[in-house]
Amino acid sequence: MTNSPLATYQPDQRALALIGGEATDANLRRYLHGIPGIDAVGLEARAADLGTRSIKTSSKRWAIDTIIGLIDLTTLEGADTPGKVRSLVAKALVPDPGDPGTPRVAAVCVYGDMVGSAVSALGSAHAAGGTDGVNVAAVATAFPSGRASLAIKLADVREAVAAGADEIDMVIDRGAFLAGRFGQVYDEIVAVKEACRRADGSMAHLKVILETGELNTYDNVRRASWLAILAGGDFIKTSTGKVAPAATLPVTLSMLEVVRDWHRLTGVRIGVKPAGGIRTSKDAIKYLVTVAETVGEEWLSPRLFRFGASSLLNDVLLQRQKMTTGHYSGPDYVTID
Amino acid sequence: MNRLAIPKTYKLYIGGKFPRSESGRVYEVLSHTGDFLANAAKGSRKDARDAVVAARSALGGWAGATAYNRGQVLYRIAELLEGRRNQFIDEIESSEGVNAAVASAQVDEAIDRWVWYAGWADKYVQVAGNANPVSGPFFNLSVPEPTGVVAIIAPQGTESLLGLVSAIAPALVAGNTVVVVANEHAPLSAISLGEVLATSDVPGGVVNIVTGSPAEIAPWLATHADVNALDLVGAGNLDWVELQISAADTLKRVLPPEAGADAATPALNRILAFTELKTVWHTKAIL
Repeated sequence: MTNSPLATYQPDQRALALIGGEATDANLRRYLHGIPGIDAVGLEARAADLGTRSIKTSSKRWAIDTIIGLIDLTTLEGADTPGKVRSLVAKALVPDPGDPGTPRVAAVCVYGDMVGSAVSALGSAHAAGGTDGVNVAAVATAFPSGRASLAIKLADVREAVAAGADEIDMVIDRGAFLAGRFGQVYDEIVAVKEACRRADGSMAHLKVILETGELNTYDNVRRASWLAILAGGDFIKTSTGKVAPAATLPVTLSMLEVVRDWHRLTGVRIGVKPAGGIRTSKDAIKYLVTVAETVGEEWLSPRLFRFGASSLLNDVLLQRQKMTTGHYSGPDYVTID
Repeated sequence: MNRLAIPKTYKLYIGGKFPRSESGRVYEVLSHTGDFLANAAKGSRKDARDAVVAARSALGGWAGATAYNRGQVLYRIAELLEGRRNQFIDEIESSEGVNAAVASAQVDEAIDRWVWYAGWADKYVQVAGNANPVSGPFFNLSVPEPTGVVAIIAPQGTESLLGLVSAIAPALVAGNTVVVVANEHAPLSAISLGEVLATSDVPGGVVNIVTGSPAEIAPWLATHADVNALDLVGAGNLDWVELQISAADTLKRVLPPEAGADAATPALNRILAFTELKTVWHTKAIL
């Protein structure tokens, strides 16, 4: 734990105490631009170094099962249908029909209008925010561009929450962020967080998508991470998956460093979700190593770390089958989604 | 002044590229008299795995190419072999211990065999397919289609180039992609053929050549679930019954080992061994 006085503040007062006043553009800019810059070369070298660890045999076995349990199995296509969502849910519940011992994924991630389909398809396996079963995450706030009025974004969130979403993946307004209107971004996250409140007063989990591929620099990624955490995000997520580059190891490492610093400062644990572009178990294992080395193994739980992915699961299942049967498997032996 | 010879260290041919073995291993290729010729990569199971991935991703394009186009591409390889014949003759002479005339005859026959198979590309369907008679206003057509990814243990005896060509050409004709484990003791022809293929019109990944120990690599290819067929033509000295048994677990098509002078003789059946017959119904046009 921490000795910082920030730990004693109420969550909503913490940010204001840290930035020294109201969350205005000027105050936020002073604070965010006062954060030390990132040594890009050092960051990339560190990430590359973490990617060289050799994870074999029983450790690999553990890593593969852990990865499956951390996946937000995602379908975010214009062509999504209730049937597609049902088959996604079926895969989330039984990833490998040939091996009932395969763990379930953490959540399914769908568009807001598909939440109802996902919840009814899950039935009693719906974890509803808990850890026993599969959660439903919904992207909201005019995903993926975020280009809509605040009223529409909030309505988007409320509808998804009302339909039974346990987690909301919101996008920040990158235009406002890049233009330096940090106060607007901050206020939007606060408003969306409030919209995550259910009728019974409980809150849906809020993941804030920074869309790092549009933020151009690591310094901006670090600032946006601080901003999202200050405003009350439970998770910070790299990307929508619709913009290249999506999640990269250096970007995720820089976000994990912010999460680590925030935990030291306040004792609060924020989650991280790299999303998009992670397609092989080899890549995913690099992320596990990075998480364990940066914030600690405690973060390797679905409460604090997720992979946003669709094709990753099949590759992980192929690796799992290889380890179980002793011979190489092929794409004919996993379901196509 | 004496000049120091620069012996070459060859690499694998996977996915149109020339990677080193993932394992980093090499082995010495010796002439028939035991002199050092070159180093060749000693492929591992992971190289075989990568080769299968490359072959799988190349399958759609190669199988989807028109038969006429495939024939042209295969014929072009024969042209390039012709242009490199001196290199092949040298390598065969040194590694197999035959004289220039015998080596030259082998290269000639390999080129001729390649041309012969290339010619079948747009003809074998007419021979093996059929418009079946049915009692109704329908067409009922049977057409051969490529099986998929074919793993081949190349002939391990003498005639290293001819054996290799005889094994891979028929699989390519129908549109299969190939992972071939080269002749372990005389891999130079296979390596040079890889260099020919890389500069020909054959898309990367259609032919993948792994040098190294067939005894080590073959079991991984036989059990690999993403390999559709297994040609054991050169596996006579391996435990090939065990390989057949393990290939059966994933329902592969399997060809048995062959030995002697007439091993893998050119035949339409070698092409058809790696095809699947698809039968479709279609209404006759209503005029």
